[in-house]
Amino acid sequence: MSGRYLLRRTGLILYTLLVVSVLVFGITQVLPADAATMLLGENATPEQLAAIRERLGLNDPIWTQYLRWLGGVVTGDFGTSMRTGLPVLPQIAEALSRSLLLAALSIGLMLVLALPLGILAAVRRGRPVDLLVSLASYVGISLPEFVTATLAILVFADWLGWLPPTGYVPLTEDPARSLLHLILPVATISLILVAHVSRMVRSELVDALHTDYVRAARLKGLPERVVLRRHALRNALLPTITIVALDVGYVLGGIIVVEEIFAIPGIGRTLIVAVQNRDLPMIQAGALVMAATYCIANFLADLAYAALDRRIQYG
Amino acid sequence: MAELLRRLLRSPQGAIGLALVLLVLVLALAGPALAPHDPEALSPLRRYRPPSADYLLGTDQLGRDILSRLLAGARATVLLALLATALGTLAGAVIGTASAFLGGKVDEAVMRTVDAVMAVPSLLLSLLIVSVLGRGAENAVLAIAIAFTPGMARITRSVALAVRQQDYVNAAIARGEGAGYIVLREMLPNVIAPIVVEMSIRVAFAVMLFATLSFLGLGAQPPASEWGLMVSEARRFMHLSPWMILWPAAAIALVAVGFNLLGDGLRDALNPRT
Repeated sequence: MSGRYLLRRTGLILYTLLVVSVLVFGITQVLPADAATMLLGENATPEQLAAIRERLGLNDPIWTQYLRWLGGVVTGDFGTSMRTGLPVLPQIAEALSRSLLLAALSIGLMLVLALPLGILAAVRRGRPVDLLVSLASYVGISLPEFVTATLAILVFADWLGWLPPTGYVPLTEDPARSLLHLILPVATISLILVAHVSRMVRSELVDALHTDYVRAARLKGLPERVVLRRHALRNALLPTITIVALDVGYVLGGIIVVEEIFAIPGIGRTLIVAVQNRDLPMIQAGALVMAATYCIANFLADLAYAALDRRIQYG
Repeated sequence: MAELLRRLLRSPQGAIGLALVLLVLVLALAGPALAPHDPEALSPLRRYRPPSADYLLGTDQLGRDILSRLLAGARATVLLALLATALGTLAGAVIGTASAFLGGKVDEAVMRTVDAVMAVPSLLLSLLIVSVLGRGAENAVLAIAIAFTPGMARITRSVALAVRQQDYVNAAIARGEGAGYIVLREMLPNVIAPIVVEMSIRVAFAVMLFATLSFLGLGAQPPASEWGLMVSEARRFMHLSPWMILWPAAAIALVAVGFNLLGDGLRDALNPRT
């Protein structure tokens, strides 16, 4: 892990965010919405509209507007929401903290379930339990979040009455009720991840169990348990880090739907509300924050991979 | 081709996947003709019916036959998802091949930009694009196609680069074949196979994405019987009749399972190692 590699990687992240900022700014500029009308309402006089356009700099060339916006973003000023009139950054930060809790719990639950399932399926390859795990994972990756979430509410809230259907309680207010409300959303997001990751773990481990070093370990008489733990799993589980990091993009997409259905005021729901209300500064900030989260997750995964596997030399 | 089909049918995933996909395509194409009732016909006296001999899957909140609506909606859901995937694949293949062909700094710049766009989740990107183009099924198709383009570009490029290095391409060059012959006869057949595999898995994702956009009110619009929209509408009435939600949900899952199985089956069948 050289300093040059870290510098190059940071440069790539910055380039990614720059491209995303151009993309998002471009898309929001094409949106059929006039910021001045949005702010003043339909009844504003032409003079008022002209005055506020002048004040907001909406008459400037598009690249001037972009650079002004980018300058604000770099200094931590994401502008003010057109819907609420409040600064964007604190709202986004609060929403993000709720979403990160949801995402972290989902990824945690996924690891607890997906690793044992994948290992079990690989060790018992071709047996009924392997087929069962495969079958379940095919169904799991084929159910969109809105279907899982709707069915989960139908079964666990409506029929059984075990869990609250929707709503959000802050963790600091009432931890027990907060977690109770998070069970269904977390389970919904995890399902598709468990299905995907357990399949990846299975195929990596199946490959590892067919390598020469595993054969050698078996031939020198090590018990199967030790062969699995010390030799096969160590190599098979490493690629899982990268797969999980890439799945973060999928989690972020899933969060949009799940937060909307379960009425969780996180970044996904904020984005949907912003898109519905054509709240341009909010859309720009939300999309940028999501892309940044994805980049950072992948960067951390690469660092973890290199730290765990000394054979990898990033130059 | 026959050899490929034989290998595909030998694996359980391939055989089941192919059967499911063929069944779905037949239903999507012949759907309206097979429907036992008019999918739009309202019968106020027969609302929220559970499955029965007359209404095999029951009726919805307006007394419409759910089976007929599912069959009519298959066209919207499955064929539009196929169209979106095909468009995205085509655009991605052009960008990926061009990038691999140009190489050097251009290739580097194109691929870094493609990676950057991929940092935006597909659902978010298509959500933003639909909000620009306006809600509606056609715009959702376009949005999904655009959201799929960077991923397909990346895959096409890596395949095209790998194929370019193969001995049979070098042999063709050494034989003195023309560039057109090498690209069309040597490279293209070997580039297409991995792309088709990726495409069939993407169709499953496109079906789910399209249904999700409709569910959020941005894709197909009422009174269309697109499956995601059917789930969304049925949510308000699920206490009265859970069947209304279960059938379209099962239909989405079945189609996605079919294309996922077919994709995995094709991958195994095309993999010379197995």
